[in-house]
Amino acid sequence: MAIRLERRLERSRQLEYLVPVLSVLLSLVVCAFLLLANGNNPLVAYGAMMKEAFGTSYGFAEVLVKATPLILCGLGVMLAFKMLFWNIGAEGQLHMGAWGATAVVMTGWEGSGWLMIPAMMIAGMACGALWALIPAYLKVKLNCNEIITTLLLNYVAILWVAHFIYGPWKDPVSFGFPMTKLFPEGAQLMRFGDSRVHLGFVFALIIALILYLLQEKSRWGFEVAVTGGNPKAAEYAGMSTGRNILLVMIISGGLAGLAGMVEISGIQLKLLKDISPHAAPYGYTAIIIAWLARRNPWGVLLVSILMGGLYVGGETVQITMKLPVNIVLIIQALILFFVLGGDILARYRVVFSRPREALGGG
Amino acid sequence: MEVDLGVLVVAILQAAVRSGTPILFVCIGEIYAERSGVLNVGLEGMMLVGAIAGFTAGFTVGNPVVGVIVAAAAGAAFSLIHAFVTITLRADQIVSGLTLTILGTGISGFFGKAMIGQVGPGFDKFAVPGLAKIPVLGTVFFQQDAMVYLSYVVVPIAWWVMYKTHLGLAIRSVGESPATADSLGVSVTRIRYGCVLFGGAMAGVGGAYLSLAYTTMWIEQMSGGRGWITLALVIFAGWNPARAALGAYLFGGADALQLRIQAVGLDIPTYFLMMLPYVLTITILVLASRASLRRRLGAPAALGIPYAREER
Repeated sequence: MAIRLERRLERSRQLEYLVPVLSVLLSLVVCAFLLLANGNNPLVAYGAMMKEAFGTSYGFAEVLVKATPLILCGLGVMLAFKMLFWNIGAEGQLHMGAWGATAVVMTGWEGSGWLMIPAMMIAGMACGALWALIPAYLKVKLNCNEIITTLLLNYVAILWVAHFIYGPWKDPVSFGFPMTKLFPEGAQLMRFGDSRVHLGFVFALIIALILYLLQEKSRWGFEVAVTGGNPKAAEYAGMSTGRNILLVMIISGGLAGLAGMVEISGIQLKLLKDISPHAAPYGYTAIIIAWLARRNPWGVLLVSILMGGLYVGGETVQITMKLPVNIVLIIQALILFFVLGGDILARYRVVFSRPREALGGG
Repeated sequence: MEVDLGVLVVAILQAAVRSGTPILFVCIGEIYAERSGVLNVGLEGMMLVGAIAGFTAGFTVGNPVVGVIVAAAAGAAFSLIHAFVTITLRADQIVSGLTLTILGTGISGFFGKAMIGQVGPGFDKFAVPGLAKIPVLGTVFFQQDAMVYLSYVVVPIAWWVMYKTHLGLAIRSVGESPATADSLGVSVTRIRYGCVLFGGAMAGVGGAYLSLAYTTMWIEQMSGGRGWITLALVIFAGWNPARAALGAYLFGGADALQLRIQAVGLDIPTYFLMMLPYVLTITILVLASRASLRRRLGAPAALGIPYAREER
């Protein structure tokens, strides 16, 4: 028996939607075995996760808190993926954004009240964008592999932030903890009601809308789609791939930078280690989100909220059931693997057959 | 003073070999996978799986050799996911590799919780009789641990198989032109599966070096980007196992140097020193990219492209 794939004439519509749903279920099933091996009851764990994330208003507010940086990073990564530029450096761009925003606070400048936040946003986006421009420029000029450069720059950015919070910016009364002093009130983003949901979530929604319009209604959005689909055709049509890569990466890095800014200005209220959860960093989850969202900004929104739920649920069972929070990462990765495999079902028909003779092919 | 400097340089070179060895194992494996046409950017994840599997086995049995064997098996088993998804199901190799890294990070952290804080058995340094007496080189290369010596055997064999045997020819032809290789009766699927699994096993061994020789403990995410650095070194090495050794030791040198400068306490901020291996790797990649632009020396032609016989 051999497995053979036959190309379908048309992608199967039903499977297109069925695959992601089945993938989520299957990944939960696989993860259940891991939990059993660890001596936990998976049903109890999943139940507790669901109830915490989507069953209480406090929990759901926290889901939106986690979703905020995920949406911003996810949109940026998605845009780069559309150009077939593998930006897996959102984590570093997020850190540089947080650093840039903090730099504004650290100047000691009080601003004239409302100017502080916009200045931090601009600084954060600029730092994220500049950080993203390095691999983009190297790719355009030297065809330097961007997967490697964007990723290695993550490590450099995290060390860069560490240098400042362990050194020049360290709060002298932090009892040795690596963190800056608390931001003044003018540098804190507005929060809604009693929850920790902050203005950053609104920014994320607005940017999703803008990207949707850019993508669907603008000439430039069309250029990006064509370049990603067929770079050669784009060049023949007079579109500049290089310029578009630089532009896309400015936006992509800028959005990740903004994610870093809103995370420290809306949630942490200071620059510190692990502004992005160590066990499942936002910048890496964003890669999964961008791929699962099928290049659709609204998809990014939806998947980010689901992933936010996974974070909140994961943190809950970590505290109540002493489960390693790493299951968040495992479930994410498994979903993506099942979607990757499942996509094949939408494009090909699987045929089981006896091995054919070598001459029988093609 | 002069004598001291000499001793210091030899000590740094010796540490460079040690630091470069885990990367060297991983690099050899990835060269084989890429030569067969399959890019696996999941090295970081496979290393972590190897590191925790090797440490757990070594710790439980009390024997580091068992640890290395289990690490190789775990790495190979883990890479089977990538092989199935990209070779059989023809999914995107980059996305699958990235996911493999994320999954490996998660799984190793999950199973590693129980091992945090434990000290396991490790490979001790021993001098190779005779060879260790050679001035400078003897200290640098022959006062090391058994896994370093293993790498001295693996590299030439990997080079020899790649360039001097039928198997190596088959691997290279599958990576350059799978359709041609297929028409000559070479099984593209089998060669690619074999190479990806070999790559996984070697990444597992590289990971085990970190938890059984470089240190003798498990630390979450202890690979620290070495998998990604290796991807750059594969390009630097021009997909040649012999040149991989040069790249690995060069990286190892940067790593050893920054640790040594930190220890001496020169007036350079620690975190900037820690950036050195990553910045050096990016620099190497930039230089290698420039060179390949000029000389048109490049990756295997079919790298990253799934092979479908009926669609060729």
